[in-house]
Amino acid sequence: MLEQLLREFYQGSKLAAARIITMVENDTPAGREILRKLYPKGGRAYIVGMTGPAGSGKSTLTNSLVKLMRQQNYRVGVVAVDPTSPFTGGALLGDRVRMGDLALDPGVFIRSMGTRGDLGGLSWAARDALTVLDAFGCDYLIAETVGTGQSQVDVATVADTVIMVTVPGLGDDIQAAKAGIMEIGNIFVVNKADRGDADQVVRFLQATLELGSRDAGWQPPVIKTIAWQGTGVEEVLKAILAHRRFLEQAGLLAGLRQARMKEEVMRRVERMILDRLNNGIQTGAVLSRVYARELDPWTAAEKMLQSMLCSKQE
Amino acid sequence: MLKEEAMQAISVAKEKWEREKLQKTLSKQPERHPDFMTVSGYPVERLYTPADIRYLDYLEDIGFPGEYPFTRGVQPTMYRGRLWTMRQYAGFGTAVESNQRYKYLLSQGQTGLSVAFDLPTQIGYDSDHPMAEGEVGKVGVAISSLADMEVLFDGIPLDKVSTSMTINATAAVLLCMYMAVAEKQGVAWKDLRGTIQNDILKEYAARGTYIFPPGPSMRLVTDIFAFCSRELPEWNTISISGYHMREAGATAAQEIAFTLADGIAYVDAGLKAGLQVDNFAPRLAFFFACHNDFLEEIAKFRAARRLWAKIMKERFGARDPRSMMLRFHTQTAGCTLTAQQPLNNIIRVALQALAAVLGGTQSLHTNSFDEALALPTEEAVRIALRTQQVIAYESGVAETIDPLAGSYYIEAMTNRLEKEAADYIKKIDDLGGSVKAIEQGYLQKEIQDSSYRYQKDIESGRRIVVGVNKFQIQEKSQPKILRVDPAVGEAQIQRLKELRAQRDNRAVQESLAKLRQVAVSEDNLMPVIYQAVKTYATLGEICDVLRDVFGEYRPVEIV
Amino acid sequence: MRKIRVLVAKVGLDGHDRGAKVIARAFRDAGMEVVYTGIRQTPEQVVAAAIQEDVDVVGLSSLSGAHEHLFPRVAKLVKKQMGDKVLIVGGGIIPEEDIPALKEAGITAVFGPGTSLKEIIDFIKANVDVGQAD
Ligand code: B12
Ligand SMILES: Nc1nc2c(ncn2[C@@H]2O[C@H](COP(=O)(O)OP(=O)(O)OP(=O)(O)O)[C@@H](O)[C@H]2O)c(=O)[nH]1
Ligand SMILES: [Mg+2]
Repeated sequence: MLEQLLREFYQGSKLAAARIITMVENDTPAGREILRKLYPKGGRAYIVGMTGPAGSGKSTLTNSLVKLMRQQNYRVGVVAVDPTSPFTGGALLGDRVRMGDLALDPGVFIRSMGTRGDLGGLSWAARDALTVLDAFGCDYLIAETVGTGQSQVDVATVADTVIMVTVPGLGDDIQAAKAGIMEIGNIFVVNKADRGDADQVVRFLQATLELGSRDAGWQPPVIKTIAWQGTGVEEVLKAILAHRRFLEQAGLLAGLRQARMKEEVMRRVERMILDRLNNGIQTGAVLSRVYARELDPWTAAEKMLQSMLCSKQE
Repeated sequence: MLKEEAMQAISVAKEKWEREKLQKTLSKQPERHPDFMTVSGYPVERLYTPADIRYLDYLEDIGFPGEYPFTRGVQPTMYRGRLWTMRQYAGFGTAVESNQRYKYLLSQGQTGLSVAFDLPTQIGYDSDHPMAEGEVGKVGVAISSLADMEVLFDGIPLDKVSTSMTINATAAVLLCMYMAVAEKQGVAWKDLRGTIQNDILKEYAARGTYIFPPGPSMRLVTDIFAFCSRELPEWNTISISGYHMREAGATAAQEIAFTLADGIAYVDAGLKAGLQVDNFAPRLAFFFACHNDFLEEIAKFRAARRLWAKIMKERFGARDPRSMMLRFHTQTAGCTLTAQQPLNNIIRVALQALAAVLGGTQSLHTNSFDEALALPTEEAVRIALRTQQVIAYESGVAETIDPLAGSYYIEAMTNRLEKEAADYIKKIDDLGGSVKAIEQGYLQKEIQDSSYRYQKDIESGRRIVVGVNKFQIQEKSQPKILRVDPAVGEAQIQRLKELRAQRDNRAVQESLAKLRQVAVSEDNLMPVIYQAVKTYATLGEICDVLRDVFGEYRPVEIV
Repeated sequence: MRKIRVLVAKVGLDGHDRGAKVIARAFRDAGMEVVYTGIRQTPEQVVAAAIQEDVDVVGLSSLSGAHEHLFPRVAKLVKKQMGDKVLIVGGGIIPEEDIPALKEAGITAVFGPGTSLKEIIDFIKANVDVGQAD
């Protein structure tokens, strides 16, 4: 069964890729097993993160960008994340509707996902979906985050190049700078240049960026776009290629990826520990001693960890 | 007694009544709901008194029919002079079949024609285009060239009827075809009376038959304004429509606001194209829905009239009173009609039609009882038409003007709706006008939120739909419905094939080349489209040239 | 239980999207993950999206009389490319007498005007196959 699915996957079946993503998204044992098999095949794809406030035009820009990438014959995968309602667990996955131009392109694979309760702009599942599409043979992967607040910082832990999309008239440029978002962007896009004063935002960003950026030796470009017309998108693609070249030539790419992989592993460790604490062992007894002020939190934590490490995995 | 004092006295008396009379009743038997609302979801008070309209100034805010601000109606005699135009929207299958339906309707006393086109025609595809497969003639008549239009109006004297055409993205082409038929019949253009819908903005917002992006679409609209102000002086060059937005789910206030905001955008575009406001504004017509809330709808029409008059006078400095008159067509609200117990729809339509008449409509379409099943059968349309005739000739409501004026509730609600709509227009202005607001999906989002709220109210039973979520019966099978002959598509394809073989194809190519030249320039497109139509260039060929030059609109899909 | 993924699609030239959008929102509020295609989609576009999104349900909406032509096409492509696991349902203005042929073509259920959202959601929950692919 799994063998068959994998065979189809390697033959380029989109349905197989889609089904595998579903399995990893649902975090089934088979999904984990497949990831084990696929991970070694990955590492080829170059990953672009697309982040920015809700409605700034990330999906529209992705649509235009992918069209250009396709002209150069790259195979492209897109993973786009939208928020899951914390109340109902449902989600309207609205990114795909902006990418109508790509619907029938055999060289493009688009997958929409809900955050399903994960905090941060990219869900766990989205990261795993990228792994799948990497193994699927995509040359470029675009990861679109949910469009909220500060969680975009997340995207830096998966992407080689992070594009920060903003729009004129938000009035919270300062906010953005404060939130540390400025540091993670390798390319800044001021979209909706047909509305409001884009030049002013460009000037502001340039001025702020001159104060320093993530990688020494890379000055993040600020590009004006009108995403739905494709205006300026060519520059965005050029900037991506330039950033990639920069990382490669400066010998930074491998290091960057390793740092990210480490981060990915450590986060999973954290998550697994928490998961096991939450459903595995008896936390209640220790906690009630804290409530009774018999134990201080440090000691309690040590105890929990201790008993977890001793207990066998369920 | 001074007005102030009188109001004070009323308020005091009302409080006393509430305290002494009302409370007793309420304590014995509470009301049916803790609070009441209109169909649009606006709170309704228990009782309205003169105090609710204390600031209303009769002369300034209400005035006289035929005079600014036209609250009571646009003509001095209203229906005593002439009844509203009874105009049933119709069309399906081939031009031959629709032609027969029009002749039938005219023979039954209908006073104007209203043409429904099929979707390929509305979206600029010929009947033989791959996208048209399965759609030809299904929900309107298929018109691919002048040859079809000639058949559609065969034996119908265009100087005697007024014709309304629900056509938007391809309005210029269809109007040119109509003009060409008139020329053939020997009817002068200046004698043509009728309306093209030509309201592209609400296509983006709610109706969906757009082709080109807003820029070039607005140019087509203003080209038509300019051309018609010279050549077809009696023609209504646009029907600025709230109907479709309402049917897509908007509330009454949103309907007024979004329609008038679109109106503002068209006037702005006309001015930007160099036209004088009083040269084209008198030809602007409007189109509204009439929903279930009888009193709210009457107030809506009155509020819309007053608000538009003010906008034209104050915002655009119009001088000609005709520029300030909001003349409108009404269609009863199809979305209120049910597939369950379909005969009940006759009653709904009667009430809605009555509200439209009490609201002072200039023309009216009444929906058929089989609305939620299929295009109407001949019998169903006849009953719908008879509904209007009963109201016109038997009910007595047409004998005096604006009979509900002065009702405390109606006037209070007229004020409230006007204000609510004005607030929305302000918001849209802040977004840069309705074109920008639509591009950002603002109207769409507002409409969808209202629509979903409405649906959830039905779902929860807070809103009762008779026969659907209350008073249900075991449904019998559907009544006999109209079915469009599936052979229509094939027949049209055949006709087109013959046309393409027989016409002078060199003339066609030349006219299309000319069209392209003008399209890239800033000249008026109407004369070249007319020339192309006359060579029997097809609708699709003409639109393909324009698609090529203008590009295609990418919708802002909002869920 | 795993989440139900649904594609709500408008095929053909039909622009009536009020119902489809209401349905999309209702599905979301019922805890499903919903992808909406937008209007004027071809059957091929719908199926391409259904595949990549690996949906469990394809919901088709048509109010302009082209269902006879378009629904079976979508169903055929879905069955061919995705197998029989996917539940296909439809809604809109569909004359009673057309329903048997649509069912024959693989549209499991057709919901007309006035159907309560709950009835539709319950039907989907009862009939969807969300078994794992493994
Ligand atoms: C509202 C409406 C419009 C609005 C649409 C606004 C919008 N953005 O949606 C406007 C005014 C724009 C409009 C225009 C037209 N309309 Co219209 N319209 C209607 C009307 C009155 C109500 C439809 C509606 O929205 N109901 C409310 C929603 C919530 O209900 P619903 O869509 O039926 O959905 C329910 C079920 O059907 C089902 N459902 C629907 N979709 C789906 C999908 C899935 C997956 C599932 C599970 C269930 C499901 O669940 C929903 C909840 O119960 C119907 C008549 C009627 N009463 O049904 C005519 C009707 C559909 N229209 C009709 C026509 C002909 C047109 C036009 C083509 C006319 C023309 N020639 O120009 C135009 C063109 C529109 C276009 N671009 O395609 C005809 C179609 C005839 C036919 N099929 O044989 C109808 C039946 C009226 C008639 N009797 O003539 N229309
Ligand atoms: N004026 C203007 N509007 C644009 C432009 N690009 C996108 N839009 C519109 O902006 C809205 C949001 O675009 P999306 O691409 O969905 O934005 P997003 O950032 O992906 O949104 P989320 O995924 O919801 O956070 C849509 O209505 C687009 O049509 C542009 O360049 N100019
Ligand atoms: Mg997006």
